[in-house]
Amino acid sequence: MNAHHHEHGGAEHSELSEMDLRVRALQTVLAQKGYIDAAALDALIDTYQTRIGPRNGARVVARAWTDPGFRDWLRRDATAAIASLGYSGRQSEHMVAVENTPTRHHLVVCTLCSCYPWAVLGLPPTWYKSAPYRARAVKDPRGVLADFGVTLAAGVEVRVLDSTAEVRYLVIPQRPDGTEGLDEAALAALVTRDSMIGTGLALAPGAASA
Amino acid sequence: MTYLSHADLGGREGDGPVLPESEHVRFREPWHARAMALTLAMGATGAWNLDQGRAARETLPDYAQRSYYQIWLGALQQLMQERGLLLPDELAAGRALHPAPAVPRVLRAEAVALVLARGAPTQRPAPGAARYAVGDPVRTVPGDRPHHCRLPRYAQGRRGVIERVHGAHVWPDTNSRGLGEQPQWLYTVVFEGTELWGAGAQPGLTVSIDAFEPYLEPCPEPA
Repeated sequence: MNAHHHEHGGAEHSELSEMDLRVRALQTVLAQKGYIDAAALDALIDTYQTRIGPRNGARVVARAWTDPGFRDWLRRDATAAIASLGYSGRQSEHMVAVENTPTRHHLVVCTLCSCYPWAVLGLPPTWYKSAPYRARAVKDPRGVLADFGVTLAAGVEVRVLDSTAEVRYLVIPQRPDGTEGLDEAALAALVTRDSMIGTGLALAPGAASA
Repeated sequence: MTYLSHADLGGREGDGPVLPESEHVRFREPWHARAMALTLAMGATGAWNLDQGRAARETLPDYAQRSYYQIWLGALQQLMQERGLLLPDELAAGRALHPAPAVPRVLRAEAVALVLARGAPTQRPAPGAARYAVGDPVRTVPGDRPHHCRLPRYAQGRRGVIERVHGAHVWPDTNSRGLGEQPQWLYTVVFEGTELWGAGAQPGLTVSIDAFEPYLEPCPEPA
């Protein structure tokens, strides 16, 4: 087992933060007690590092933009429609998709904790879990949007969805103009994570980040 | 007994700007990844349920001073200590010093993909007919409850309209206290911004919450 005495660790541990050491100590105890499998921890980390992230949701949006039948399915039963693309499960068990239009913009928050549709967007960004976002989104959504550099026209309705139960929301942003000739993969590249939370808009063609 | 959640932040004034973050960032610190994995793996043991986990987090006395993963770790340690799975001297020593009470399950690497893909659906057979239908005017119940509850303060005692009916779901109010799932109908309720924030509300603002049926009363005088 771990023979290091962290309190005397000195130079060989200087590259590790105090929190790193504390979490490693906790992991050591729990592994010794047989409650965790270290390989399972690695699998969990790898999953959210490389496999489950906002590109999943971008594919859902691009399909909705290009396939009216899929868009209707999303409206009727988003959980099943999204699962048909292979995305389901933890923190996305009960999905609802909401569509932005020229007259209505949706913004998703969880004022009580950090509820977020993991299967399509991955783990929530730091700001989504932060006090400023959770405090302000329901009262000052236009101010929050300004923090993201987004300004909506004055007449646009803003609907804020506070995820207070186990329903998880995916925003379908408006399809940008000038994208008629693009295929699904090219469209997905225009769909940012923030546009699927409602703090951003889909990118214009040519503006897609690498 | 009083119950105080430090996590009910909606509508609070005085917070600073929201700081955007690149979507390519997955974990800002290496320990964040390990804290996430430990929390999920221990949650998968079944030693506590989702709502007990949320209640442990939101009642941490120093909630406001902690980063989010520190909140997760604080609640994780508390949940384990309450169940005798971890003792404080073991954390200090960095090794197991006491016998390990059994947990219902241990998450193995080969099961991770399946467990994540299955998730933990909260919908249950309905206990009876839904009291409300889409379009019905309702009022949320006023006041704090002396236990974990998913009705935010800013939406207590407010008039709204039923927009969606989600079926019956596990009720956090009882599940968080070990009193069983007691499934209740769940609704999306929409409020006008002015009903929540008064005449100074942003024009064109509406806010929805997902509310369990016991959080609602019929409203003879719609907003």
